[in-house]
Amino acid sequence: MRAADAVALWFGALRGHRSRSLMLLLAIGIGVLAVILLTGLVEGARSFVLDEFSLLGRNTLIVLPGRKETTGAVPPLTGLAPRDLTLQDAQAVARLPAVRRVAPLQAGLIEVSSAGRSREAFVLGTSRSFFALRQLDVSQGQMLPELPLEQAEAVCVIGTTLRRELFGSRPALGEWLRAGDRRFRVIGILEERGESLGMDFAELLVIPVASAQALFNREGLFRLFAEVRGPAQLEPGKRQILALIKERHEGEEDVTLISQDSMLAAFDDILGALGLALAGIAAVSLLVAGVLIMNVTWIAVSQRTGEIGLLKALGATPAQVRLLFVGEAGLLALAGGLAGLALGELLLWLARLLWDLPLAAPAWARAGALLLAFGVALLFAWLPASRAARLEPVAALRPPGAR
Amino acid sequence: MIRLREVTRCFHLGEQRVMGLDAVDLEVAAGEYLSVMGPSGSGKSTLLNVLGLLDAPDAGEYWLNSEPTAGLDEVRRAALRSRHIGFVFQSYHLIPRLTALENIELPMLLAGIEPGERRRRSAELVERLSLGDRVAHRPAELSGGQRQRVAIARAMVMRPALLLADEPTGNLDSHSGAEVVELLEELNGEGLTLLVVTHDVALGARAPRTLRMLDGRIIADSAQGGAA
Repeated sequence: MRAADAVALWFGALRGHRSRSLMLLLAIGIGVLAVILLTGLVEGARSFVLDEFSLLGRNTLIVLPGRKETTGAVPPLTGLAPRDLTLQDAQAVARLPAVRRVAPLQAGLIEVSSAGRSREAFVLGTSRSFFALRQLDVSQGQMLPELPLEQAEAVCVIGTTLRRELFGSRPALGEWLRAGDRRFRVIGILEERGESLGMDFAELLVIPVASAQALFNREGLFRLFAEVRGPAQLEPGKRQILALIKERHEGEEDVTLISQDSMLAAFDDILGALGLALAGIAAVSLLVAGVLIMNVTWIAVSQRTGEIGLLKALGATPAQVRLLFVGEAGLLALAGGLAGLALGELLLWLARLLWDLPLAAPAWARAGALLLAFGVALLFAWLPASRAARLEPVAALRPPGAR
Repeated sequence: MIRLREVTRCFHLGEQRVMGLDAVDLEVAAGEYLSVMGPSGSGKSTLLNVLGLLDAPDAGEYWLNSEPTAGLDEVRRAALRSRHIGFVFQSYHLIPRLTALENIELPMLLAGIEPGERRRRSAELVERLSLGDRVAHRPAELSGGQRQRVAIARAMVMRPALLLADEPTGNLDSHSGAEVVELLEELNGEGLTLLVVTHDVALGARAPRTLRMLDGRIIADSAQGGAA
């Protein structure tokens, strides 16, 4: 049989059994759609997280007070809380050879008001280096001034949402606002950047770190951002920071260092595993579709025994009969798979358009879902098709009543 | 053309053993026209199936065109059917989703004949069987006589030497039935070996050679003048 003729026969058979074809098309389509959507979501989440942490920069280390890593040993019963990270620690870190710049962070929520409007805002006390470190810029005015870390100053830079809510359409630059019991003059508006590392820049009130310490009446820093002088300096930088803190904190290495790579690796592992798990679940739906294909092909073979007998009488070999039934299933799987793929891509595209999320199914998932659908269809159609191929022509030709 | 020697085929219906064919001997020369008659269960259809290589005998030998067929596998039997044997059934056995023309071309499709040759051959038969304006229709839109003519065209399209017809007029009114019979006889006149299985005495009597069957045996063969 010529390949083109076989394909024509498959199409004819599929058209001739419309509801059966549609049902299978749907089952396979949904299976493939599930794979595409689930892997697309996970992949989207993954690239979202990766993007987020990439903003941190490869050369940036976050220093957190307290030892967060779990070790096997019983914690020493010293009864001492971890020492605070202080501004002096920050200054000492800034002087390390491997470190280019340091941004201390003091943070908290506080009531902010201006001209009768008030709301709660997230206050970030830091230094000018923070802007360079987080690649942050202002859309109006200027960044925090270059100040000695322990010097407070009544200036602030605010995010766009905060600006709109406090000042409405009035110009904000140069205006005063009240935060807690202190007043700050607005010297800059942060550019729009959305959320990063769980911080919505549009909601921020950024003030000098010493002012924040006074505002919250708290000495200890929330954390410290340290940027090393280059990728090669990352490891020496970590060692130097740990050694320095140990020296300054009476022999206790009571800080935790986080680098982009360590965070990325952790998230990548988690999301990679999650992605595989979800792809596996979606693949199960393809297997279910496969079982459906088998059932429906069984039914088709029983319904079409007459046709099978006829084909045999007309000189069809067992292999040709099998090819006809397996081919129908394969063609359906391919069509359903492509439809599911197209629909999945369309939905992901819409999601990207509507929510600006980087949702996209990875190439392996697309190819894998199609191949799996096709393979499952061939595999599950094989058994019933082989039964058709083995049917005795004379038995198949007998009218149903005489059987 | 056909030679059967002691061909036996039996079936099991529960405990009972039924002889479909009981040591049948038969010789048919090329170009012969014979009818097979007998009551239901006499083995007519079994004979037709065995001759058509649709069914394999349990014992005995069958030569088709001097080729022994015993022990051939299904692939070889399919090839022999494709090249040498045409079938016409009482209930036509047309594939409902295919048009008349597609039904006619089906055997050539299975044999891998290229489209140009397929069109030539089917056009010839369509012309000859005056199906011209009906070929684009599906079987459901054709009359019984037209359906059977399509089935005959399909049986002839591979230019077989042997045509096996099982009650070819059984589902037809007398007028279309007569047309179909005339067509079959015309083909026989051109050298086709024709074997018709029928209940219909009038139809059976038209054949120059008639076989009568009972209990799996040929009890009368007009070529041998009486009981065999």
